[in-house]
Amino acid sequence: MKKKSYILALFADFHEATKTLAALRESSIPGFRMRDVTLKSPIDHPECAEELGSRPVYIQIFSLLGAVLGSSLIFLGISSAQANFLRQPRGFFPIVPIPPNMVITYELFILGSVFFTITACLIMWRIHRVKTNLYDVQISLDKIGILVEAEPQAIARLREIFTLHHALEISESD
Amino acid sequence: MIEAHEEKDVAIEQRFEPKAKDIDDEISWAQINVDVLRSLERPRPLYWIIFFASLALFMWGGYCEVYQYNTGLGVADLDNPQVWGLYIATFIFWIGMSHSGTLLSAILLIMHADWRKPIYRFAEAMTTFSLMTAGLFVLVHLGRVWQFYYVVAYPSERWAWPNFSSPLVWDATAIGSYLTTSVIFLFFGMIPDLAICRDNATGFRRTFYRVLSMGWRGTDRQWSNFRVTYLTLACLLIPLAVSVHSIVATDFAVSQQPGWHTTSFPPYFVAGALYSGCAAIITLFIVLRYTFRFEHYMTIPILEKLCKLTFAISMVWTYLNLIEYAAVWYGTDPVAKQTLIFRATGTYAGWWWAMNILGSVVPFTLTWKRLRTNIPIMLVVSLLLNLGMWIERFMIVTPTFAHGYYPWTWTQGWWPNWVQVGIILGSFGWFNMLFMLFCKIFPSVSMYEVKEMVYHRREARKSLSSMRPSTDP
Repeated sequence: MKKKSYILALFADFHEATKTLAALRESSIPGFRMRDVTLKSPIDHPECAEELGSRPVYIQIFSLLGAVLGSSLIFLGISSAQANFLRQPRGFFPIVPIPPNMVITYELFILGSVFFTITACLIMWRIHRVKTNLYDVQISLDKIGILVEAEPQAIARLREIFTLHHALEISESD
Repeated sequence: MIEAHEEKDVAIEQRFEPKAKDIDDEISWAQINVDVLRSLERPRPLYWIIFFASLALFMWGGYCEVYQYNTGLGVADLDNPQVWGLYIATFIFWIGMSHSGTLLSAILLIMHADWRKPIYRFAEAMTTFSLMTAGLFVLVHLGRVWQFYYVVAYPSERWAWPNFSSPLVWDATAIGSYLTTSVIFLFFGMIPDLAICRDNATGFRRTFYRVLSMGWRGTDRQWSNFRVTYLTLACLLIPLAVSVHSIVATDFAVSQQPGWHTTSFPPYFVAGALYSGCAAIITLFIVLRYTFRFEHYMTIPILEKLCKLTFAISMVWTYLNLIEYAAVWYGTDPVAKQTLIFRATGTYAGWWWAMNILGSVVPFTLTWKRLRTNIPIMLVVSLLLNLGMWIERFMIVTPTFAHGYYPWTWTQGWWPNWVQVGIILGSFGWFNMLFMLFCKIFPSVSMYEVKEMVYHRREARKSLSSMRPSTDP
């Protein structure tokens, strides 16, 4: 596995950060891949993040899965608890009280979806895969950060691009 | 010809005439952090006055509950036919209060109404604490508190299940789901702000916020997933909120009691819930604005929008109220009609008329700009509206029990005693205490959303000024 280095540049606004991302995209620096670039910002800014390329979100699939699982499990659960699907002791047909069961099923349909949605989001954040502690508290204040993971020989070129686009601060780590 | 051109120019100029700003978009992001984080450090003295007054009320309510627990439900003067009294009326009131957070946060989020951004956080907190308070009344009204788990569906060793066809079991499920989802929604929406708190805190507070911020670093991947998740949660929360109060309404509507057995009850309850919640948001808006010096964020234009929203909902509630009266009046159930007449002319007539005046007439003060921009008047009006909505719940529960199908139920002189009133006051203390604690520990204004709001408005203003027609010849 190749050794990786990290470089973080801070910018005053999204305008500069967007131009820098465009420059990075157009550059062909050996040991650098666009998919290893991370934008860090105090607010959500999808227009700027578009420069990073397609990074799809799959949360809704998990929401649907949670809704289906939650509702079907609870419906089966409460139906079994009431023995709804068994024939009556004297041989009559089983009674499945659909309306009251549906109320509870509806609640668990939503609750299941909520649990799966939130769990999926926490996984998608990739907190468990944080590779560097390179972070600046100014990002939560008012600065825009661009973090790049690259091979050590690419760092000098990346620093040049950041400087050219008026980066306020640049920091590095291994 | 020249005149026509001049008129056109004037019309274009008027189109670009700036309206009253919801928020000052010149405020810097750093200043937003400073202002909101300051609220976690040094509130005005009124904060402590409210907090300790609430604590005292809560302790008094706690004493009354302990007395009732040790002695029995009889000390609350609850007996047949008045078996619910103020407890269930106040339970509905607190459930209703919880709806406003969902309205302000989720519905307005989906509608892209960005004026909600400075105020939705405390509305969400209000939802959570209202639900927690409502849950207490489920226990309090039982008397035998230790048997509360009878409504919870769990596999006991005797395989004795609750009655799944009972609205009380639906209630337990719905409120449990709503509380869980509301807490998740509140917490999840706070994560970027908790990261800001983490970056600015020291000592044990830093550790506290670091754990809660769950590794948030504001990366593009985090933001994109956060945005989709938050929107999905909002979409899930809206039907859940509607279902909760509809199910609370079925507690009454599926019974055979006169005055309750009506199909308009679920929408009537939902409208009442949104109404009382909005009125409560106005009250808390004014209190927080002063206590935490949030004048730059909780602005008069936002208060105006809240007032207009409250007025609109009050008219929906008024309409549904009249529909309910009409349905009973022109219906075929003579006992229900007699109960309605009893409400308007009997022992509780004063309260019934107060409910109608406070709920349907007082909201018209919200239509006058001069009144709705006057903060002390709005504080009084919002409290009156909530008083009206609390009386509404009392009017739903008590007169029906006092004028049922059988003459033996006609206990027309029943009034709640000091134990019930003490516990009700204690619930207000409990709610206020939790709410004030929340505002001291967590940012009650969403910093990142206000930053977004300021940023987008500033950008919009820039692009608008570039579109402005040139005055040069």
